[in-house]
Amino acid sequence: MALLSGMRGLSVFISDIRNCQNKEQERLRVDKELGNIRTRFKNEKSLAPNKKKKYVWKMLYIYMLGYDVDFGHMEAVSLISAPKYPEKQVGYIVTSCLLNENHDFLRMVINTVRNDIIGRNETFQCLALTMVGNIGGREFAESLAPDVQKLLISSSCRPLVRKKAALCLLRLYRKNLDVLRIDGWPDRMAQLLEERDLGVLTSVMSLLVALVSNDIDAYWNCLPKCVKVLERLARNQDVPQEYTYYGIPSPWLQVKTMRALQYFPTIEDPSTRRSLFEVLQRILMGTDVVKNVNKNNASHAVLFEALGLVMHLDAEKEMISQCVALLGKFISVREPNIRYLGLENMARMLLVADVQDIVKRHQAQIITSLKDPDISIRRRALDLLYAMCDVTNAKDIVEELLQYLSTADFAMREELALKAAILAEKFAPDLSWYVDVILQLIDKAGDFVSDDIWYRVVQFVTNNEDLQPYAAAKARDYLEKPALHETMVKVVAYILGEFGLLLARRPGCSPKEIFALINEKLPTVSTATIAILLSTYAKILMHSQPPDPELREQIWAVFRKYESYIDVEIQQRAIEYSVLSMKGAALMDILAEMPKFPERKSALLKKAEDAEVDTAEQSAVKLRSQQQMSNALVVTDQRPSNGPVAVSQPGPVKTPNQNVEVSLTYEGSINVNGTVNKTDVEPVPSSDLLGDLLVPLAIEGPPGTAVIQEQNLVSGSEVTPNSPDALALAILSDQANSIQPIVNIADRFHALCLTDSGVLYEDPYIQMGLKAEWRAHHGRLVLFLGNKNTSPLVSVQALILPPLHLKIEPSMVPETIPPRAQVQCPLEVVNVRASRDVAVLDFSYKFGTELVNVKLRLPAVLNKFLQPISVSAEEFFPQWKSLSGPPLKLQEVVKGVRPLSLLEMANLFTTLHLAVCPGLDTNPNNLVVSTTFYSESTQAMLCLVRVETDPSDRTQLRITIASGDPALTYELKEFIKEHMISAPATSPPPVPAPLQPHSTGVNDPGAMLAGLL
Amino acid sequence: MINFVLLISRQGKVRLTKWYSPYSQKERAKVIRELSGVILSRGPKLCKFVEWRGYKVVYRRYASLYFCMCIDSEDNELETLEIIHHFVEILDRYFGSVCELDLIFNFHKAYYILDEILIAGELQESSKKTVARLIAAQDSLVETAKEQADSISNVIAQVTK
Repeated sequence: MALLSGMRGLSVFISDIRNCQNKEQERLRVDKELGNIRTRFKNEKSLAPNKKKKYVWKMLYIYMLGYDVDFGHMEAVSLISAPKYPEKQVGYIVTSCLLNENHDFLRMVINTVRNDIIGRNETFQCLALTMVGNIGGREFAESLAPDVQKLLISSSCRPLVRKKAALCLLRLYRKNLDVLRIDGWPDRMAQLLEERDLGVLTSVMSLLVALVSNDIDAYWNCLPKCVKVLERLARNQDVPQEYTYYGIPSPWLQVKTMRALQYFPTIEDPSTRRSLFEVLQRILMGTDVVKNVNKNNASHAVLFEALGLVMHLDAEKEMISQCVALLGKFISVREPNIRYLGLENMARMLLVADVQDIVKRHQAQIITSLKDPDISIRRRALDLLYAMCDVTNAKDIVEELLQYLSTADFAMREELALKAAILAEKFAPDLSWYVDVILQLIDKAGDFVSDDIWYRVVQFVTNNEDLQPYAAAKARDYLEKPALHETMVKVVAYILGEFGLLLARRPGCSPKEIFALINEKLPTVSTATIAILLSTYAKILMHSQPPDPELREQIWAVFRKYESYIDVEIQQRAIEYSVLSMKGAALMDILAEMPKFPERKSALLKKAEDAEVDTAEQSAVKLRSQQQMSNALVVTDQRPSNGPVAVSQPGPVKTPNQNVEVSLTYEGSINVNGTVNKTDVEPVPSSDLLGDLLVPLAIEGPPGTAVIQEQNLVSGSEVTPNSPDALALAILSDQANSIQPIVNIADRFHALCLTDSGVLYEDPYIQMGLKAEWRAHHGRLVLFLGNKNTSPLVSVQALILPPLHLKIEPSMVPETIPPRAQVQCPLEVVNVRASRDVAVLDFSYKFGTELVNVKLRLPAVLNKFLQPISVSAEEFFPQWKSLSGPPLKLQEVVKGVRPLSLLEMANLFTTLHLAVCPGLDTNPNNLVVSTTFYSESTQAMLCLVRVETDPSDRTQLRITIASGDPALTYELKEFIKEHMISAPATSPPPVPAPLQPHSTGVNDPGAMLAGLL
Repeated sequence: MINFVLLISRQGKVRLTKWYSPYSQKERAKVIRELSGVILSRGPKLCKFVEWRGYKVVYRRYASLYFCMCIDSEDNELETLEIIHHFVEILDRYFGSVCELDLIFNFHKAYYILDEILIAGELQESSKKTVARLIAAQDSLVETAKEQADSISNVIAQVTK
């Protein structure tokens, strides 16, 4: 056993630790040692570096044992400045083990490190380069990159320094891409690729991979050089013995070089292409399985990289089929590493080449791998099965997945369930099979079935009349099972509520019997499910014709019970259904069958794609696979039989506002007197997940609406049609911006209408925050433009398109926003008169070659110029009476408002800057609010508002508004209405706005606003 | 790129950690805990790759020690497997048939050696001979400095006697 030279204390300490019987003893020993080290560091201020070194090593050891040694970081860092090698070395190494790049202490040594790098001492250079290469951060990148570059290209430096400099530079480049955006660097790289020393060349190649992954255009000159390197290695020319590994000329350098080549989109030069293909051919043909594990691994590492390159290069068919044959062999071998990689690469291959048929021959083999004891292999097998599934084998594969589901590890079940559901949907040979699969899925793995999956099956059943009796019968069968997963209860209840009557003639399927079966589940389910069950009961009640008094009594009993339930939503439902069910024949219309869902892309597929994008790095293969994914076919629902576009204006259409309250509008479209109405259940935080169900269910109007909406969907935007939010988004996406916002712009706008600071817009490159101050009719907005990147954003432009009622004084926006910098851009706003028009900010910038242009609404809206003021009865009534009628006092009955309790309504007014004045109206169901409006034309003007609500119908109210200015009265009334109705209800535009060519809207504020509003 | 290197013993004791991506102390402890749980429980017949948090961990067992390297999901797994072996061969050459005890009592040497093989999570030198030469040179630098120090302290001791 080798002993620590000259550090006996450390050896003794390590032995002591090893002799500890238990964790407690170890802790005591460590504590004692830490105490000792602390005293040394503290008392002996001038502790000589060579003494300090020992303690610093001990610290590292203690740190590895899992103890906190933060107190000693400073001492480790201080050793970096020691004059002699042994201490300096300890300082550098221990610092780079203990700290990470974000640690403040590192700043203090930047100068010392720089001196070591530019100094003449080669060994010091190496130490410094190594540490910076391992933990250097942005500041190091900014201050050291030029020096490190010099070392890399210097002719006087020895290889041992230059290879370290190359990797150090790679690290600095990763931290700040700008450090190598310098003229002539690509040429330098090309020169460096001619390096003879393979150590230096290996490091340089790593650097090149990083460079080409970010900026391929500048480095085309390196392509032939890479092919040369590869040839040199493949032919084993000029490769010193020490650089061959088990007889293979530096497998690592070969892999790196082929990786770099995968970033070039194509290889045009025929001779280069030919040479490369020769090398690849040689690798494909010449790699045999050998006994020695290391040799085998190394040669296969090269082979798999070659396969990747062949896939990337769109090689000739012959070569591709060679690759597929190899992969086919690999997925059948016993050796687990190779089988794993075979499965992984086969799935990749399916994305780039049409090899479905060949892969199918191995289906049985792949299914065996799905049952492999190794979860890594099972995961790959699942992925491959998913990738290779098509109409011909979907049944087999999905059934295999279902079977596997009951035994699969928990870690995989969710993915498995989602994949099975997607495949079943994509490739269902018939729809009843699809229903079977999903129901089995829920039955077997209910916990892992996300809501999207059951929403989707409900959509299918609703849209396919032929399927309904089958689904209902299936659902009825599941009810027989003693224990049902709650998700299953939801689906079954929903389906039987809607379509249970189709079974009425079968034995055991009378409404009464179905009710009894479902009602057994009621005591054990959660609130969300209770809500669904109550709706189901209402539907069952409606279906039992002629009415069955006994059943009615039972259902009423349930409703009565839940009228006092703790959850308001349930209460409301129970009360409403109970009252409705007493209306007799009218019930039939109110609880009519759900309309069909518009056709759309599956939320599941979207979900799967999102998951892909999240993990995606910039790799050529991945990029391709994403494209492939989005081309995926979707089984479409039956088209609604409503015929072509309805031209007539449909009745009032309400769409859920995306930001205020996302809720699942459920089946109970209580259509009392022609006005729109809805019942909300299950407030769910994310609109994306629910988007699918949300949109169609919210449509309550004549069938024509659905058609128009469908058209909007077809035009490419997957957003709630008809609402201005949707259009704002659509305009955005229409500009073919490849950079997408990562916040919901409409949501942000709405949020900022109610608050004065927050994020207005954000995408991967920029974040735009907003802070506003309002005083009377003046406002000051400050836009904060933050560059999130390590490279500058250029051609930045912010153009304000103000509506007529606002005067906006913009300040200059700098054309360039430096990396990681934030610039402020103040705007002065003056309100001239009352209007609900919105100012638009036309904002654009360039990142690299990509131009991003967005139109953002600025939250300088009506309520910003309101100041709440509480008035007493003595002030109120004279005013109220003096403003006697139109146009100064307007009254309107508003229908279809969001059902709000009085308290919620009062809160809404408060957030809109209207003060609630209690006690002015004797009727407790009414609200009186007042505020002062400021504008240049009106100056301060008192506005009085009275809202009368109807406790028996929260969806309608009467509103009376009075002020001294007719325009103000009108605008304020409309403004309040917009907020009462959850989404500003506008009629659908005759021509879907997203189809308009973008150019017409650019410089024309009017057109812009028309689109936005 | 290699995000970090871990050496863990069969008993779950950490023998070396090297982090090329910025992890905080807390995250480091969590990663070690999580991964030792996953890797130590894997049987010998399974493949040497573990998918973990969107990364891949490539590992190899030598007697009682597990060498683990965490790479990006699109990196070449087999190549990494052989970087591990390359490291082990160099340790073996340096210590002469290396065992876990060598790495415990000479953990600092393991760090020196690793620094000659990897920088920034990338392979720096694939020649065992070159690495051995550089380590030997470092050792002799430390040795010389120590002798000098010893002789100076001898002189001082002599004078102050």
